[in-house]
Amino acid sequence: MGVATSCSKISYATGLSLALAAGIAGAASGDMPGGPAVRQLNLAPPVTTIASQIYDLHFVMLGICAVIFVAVFGVMFYSVYAHRKSKGHKAATFHESTAVEIAWTVVPMVIVIVMAALATKTVLAMKDTSNADLTIKATGHQWKWAYDYVKGEGEGISFYSSLATPTDQIEGRVEKGIHYMLEVDNEVVVPVGKKVRILTTAQDVIHAWMIPAFGVKQDAIPGFIRDTWFKADKIGVYRGQCAELCGKEHGFMPIVVNVKSEADYTKWVEEQKKLMAAKMDDPNKQWTKAELVARGEKVYAAACVACHQANGKGAPPAFPPLDGSKLVQGPRDNQVALLINGRQGTAMASFRSLSDVELAAVVAYTRNSWGNKSDDVPMPADIKAAKAWDAAKLGQLAAKQQ
Amino acid sequence: MSAVLDNHGHAHDHEDHHHGPPSGLMRWVTTTNHKDIGTLYLWFSFAMLLVGGVLALCIRAELFQPGLQYWRPELFNQFTTMHGLIMVFGAIMPAFVGFANWMIPLQIGAPDMAFARMNNWSFWLLVPAAALLLISFFVPGGATAAGWTLYAPLSTQMGLGMDLGIFAMHIMGASSIMGSINIITTILNMRAPGMTLMKMPMFCWTWLITAYLLIAVMPVLAGAITMLLTDRHFGTSFFNAAGGGDPVMYQHIFWFFGHPEVYIMILPAFGIISHVVPAFARKQLFGYASMVYATSSIAILSFIVWAHHMFTTGMPAAGQLFFMYATMLIAVPTGVKVFNWIATMWRGSMTFETPMLFAVGFIFVFTMGGFTGLILAVTPVDIQLQDTYYVVAHFHYVLVAGSLFAMFSGVYFWLPKWTGHMYDEGLAKLHFWCSMVFFNITFFPMHFLGLAGMPRRIPDYATQFADFNMIASIGAFGFGFSQLLLMVVVIKSIKGGAKAPANPWEGAEGLEWTVPSPAPYHTFETAPQVK
Repeated sequence: MGVATSCSKISYATGLSLALAAGIAGAASGDMPGGPAVRQLNLAPPVTTIASQIYDLHFVMLGICAVIFVAVFGVMFYSVYAHRKSKGHKAATFHESTAVEIAWTVVPMVIVIVMAALATKTVLAMKDTSNADLTIKATGHQWKWAYDYVKGEGEGISFYSSLATPTDQIEGRVEKGIHYMLEVDNEVVVPVGKKVRILTTAQDVIHAWMIPAFGVKQDAIPGFIRDTWFKADKIGVYRGQCAELCGKEHGFMPIVVNVKSEADYTKWVEEQKKLMAAKMDDPNKQWTKAELVARGEKVYAAACVACHQANGKGAPPAFPPLDGSKLVQGPRDNQVALLINGRQGTAMASFRSLSDVELAAVVAYTRNSWGNKSDDVPMPADIKAAKAWDAAKLGQLAAKQQ
Repeated sequence: MSAVLDNHGHAHDHEDHHHGPPSGLMRWVTTTNHKDIGTLYLWFSFAMLLVGGVLALCIRAELFQPGLQYWRPELFNQFTTMHGLIMVFGAIMPAFVGFANWMIPLQIGAPDMAFARMNNWSFWLLVPAAALLLISFFVPGGATAAGWTLYAPLSTQMGLGMDLGIFAMHIMGASSIMGSINIITTILNMRAPGMTLMKMPMFCWTWLITAYLLIAVMPVLAGAITMLLTDRHFGTSFFNAAGGGDPVMYQHIFWFFGHPEVYIMILPAFGIISHVVPAFARKQLFGYASMVYATSSIAILSFIVWAHHMFTTGMPAAGQLFFMYATMLIAVPTGVKVFNWIATMWRGSMTFETPMLFAVGFIFVFTMGGFTGLILAVTPVDIQLQDTYYVVAHFHYVLVAGSLFAMFSGVYFWLPKWTGHMYDEGLAKLHFWCSMVFFNITFFPMHFLGLAGMPRRIPDYATQFADFNMIASIGAFGFGFSQLLLMVVVIKSIKGGAKAPANPWEGAEGLEWTVPSPAPYHTFETAPQVK
């Protein structure tokens, strides 16, 4: 009760200080569905068996600790109260007791072993990723997630998922929405009641994929694939965010999972397939430079802007500027090669997975934006050739090493 | 324990200048006196505490409300990283070395540390190291922003600030190793006649074990960060999967250092508390032998629990189970210590001067950090709470309410011996109550934030987390400014105050209380006899 009253005072204080601070817009209040509740005190309401086991384990642990806490500090504070010099208490002279010392070594040892034993079954269950109905690969990028539906219904679907909260909300020019910070443009969609295996990996640095309501948190490690799983029992949208420090936008790469009924999931899969077909570029289309530049602006905004910035100035030294860059203003083939292969030991990843059109477009865009100007732009066919040449060279190298 | 002293009556006509320190700056630059060096360490670490504290307040200011207000995210990450590095390597560790320098020779009846010149060098190495850390804010790209754990490959992406940080840690590591060699040698070889190991003061015991831990793990850290350096500049791929390396290997190496490191930061605190509680309970420490065994067990166990920091990296079930059970076991010797302190208080004749207040506060709040540690040791719960504010709350309960409060307790306990004056009890008690209250206002709500899923190291958060963050920020500013009280009390005590007798505490025992206050520049030139 006391907590509740003081909390409501605090939230009054929040409102007041927000109102006082000129230029800072307020925030919509209320619990976030599938995300944190206002002043939430405990773990998220579980929607998987694992999460509810974790919820119970935590509760039992907290209970045991509370009992020990009351017992131990009951004794200490009684002593603090009663055994004072000011009350005329004379000090006793005992300073050891083998029996007592053995007791308070053995009893805690039994308690902690019981605690660990309680958790053992859950540890084993969490690691059992076998027999999944659907397998999705989550790839951490600085600073967004990429999802590939690898196996099961929806196989072949793949998309990027980025923060959808507008900058105006972050910088306080407009009121913050209820899903502030935990909303994305493309949600991961999964069917309810099915075992979903999540493979995690990363493009650049370590990220971590977590959804508290599922009891899932798994690091995504570049160059390695790890896995975890969940089986959501309830339809709904569940929210988490990257949990491993991954650079400047670490706080801005949320994870949203939309759990749908089986029928709705099937419908979603069909829609996605149609959309993907529609998005495919016509392979026979002849592109003009202007068209490529226009297309490239979109690719740049999706793939490059986080590091190299909208103004092309980058964030040196980790992320060099493109505006005025020697590489971007030099022969186009060097730039194409860099995009295909990335650069070892830097944050510049390989963008081989972009389509030929997308790569040609983004090269055209960077060579004709800000202060850069060049007619030396590649066509999609050039990219295709460069990729093939590169693959052949790698093949030769591999053959040589054998 | 009793001692026969012989500080006076010796004619040292030909070396009279040794009786007092030379004056001016050169006294501090060239000093080989353990008391001077102890003082240098303590002031250095206090300065670092203030720098690290300002960084913490920069973090809490940004987190006062949701949204980005003051810093860009990249600068925010520099603040969290440097706050951690400065507090761990600049504030807590050197402060305990300062205590060791001042108190170990006094407690074992030795005239000085074993290697007096190396002692000077160990301290003065810290100054360029700290300078490198601070300068790194002003180089292109700023200070390292990879978190104090410097996880690869994020740390390989950083700019020049990262290299400065690596060099700083190398230098601090060298300083720590030299300090440890000095402490081990002093304790093992220079105890007064009659002081067997099992009669040695508890602070010396805990530092002896800490020093061994330091020697064992500082080279491991040096190895990890050297590998980072070569990955960054010389084309190696220790932690780069594309070259056959493994980013998770960095974490294994780092935490093989990092877990013993947390005990390095708490064992000397246990030692201080084991002096303060008996002194103010006017009753001998309960279970001396079991304290020694518990400290040793903690040290040994600390080498086999490191991967509990890595449950979410995806280790096999067998690994998770092993590290869960091993971690649980550490609670046993730690519990023994808490029980021993409470048994020492039990049926004592207690008074509550500031050292005792901080000691009781330490036991109370540190144990809460112990409980959250136990909860985090349970692998499935840890996976839910890893990298959330729950972990931030946990380690601040054990490092601030643990190490730092124990140091405050030690400062007030030994300040009369250091300065020769009693401190201002009223102000000191105010310092205690402010620290205690604001500490809990700052860190207790973080448990709730973590349980609700707020990740650590983020500059902006969901609005639902706003209220607890606001409370934490208010508490943090209160806690930060409360520490200025400590500075006032210490400076007042240096400048003047009631003259302190050789033993200002009715119940304090040990050789350090047999020498006058302030302790003369040279003490125990002739070894006292311990019976």
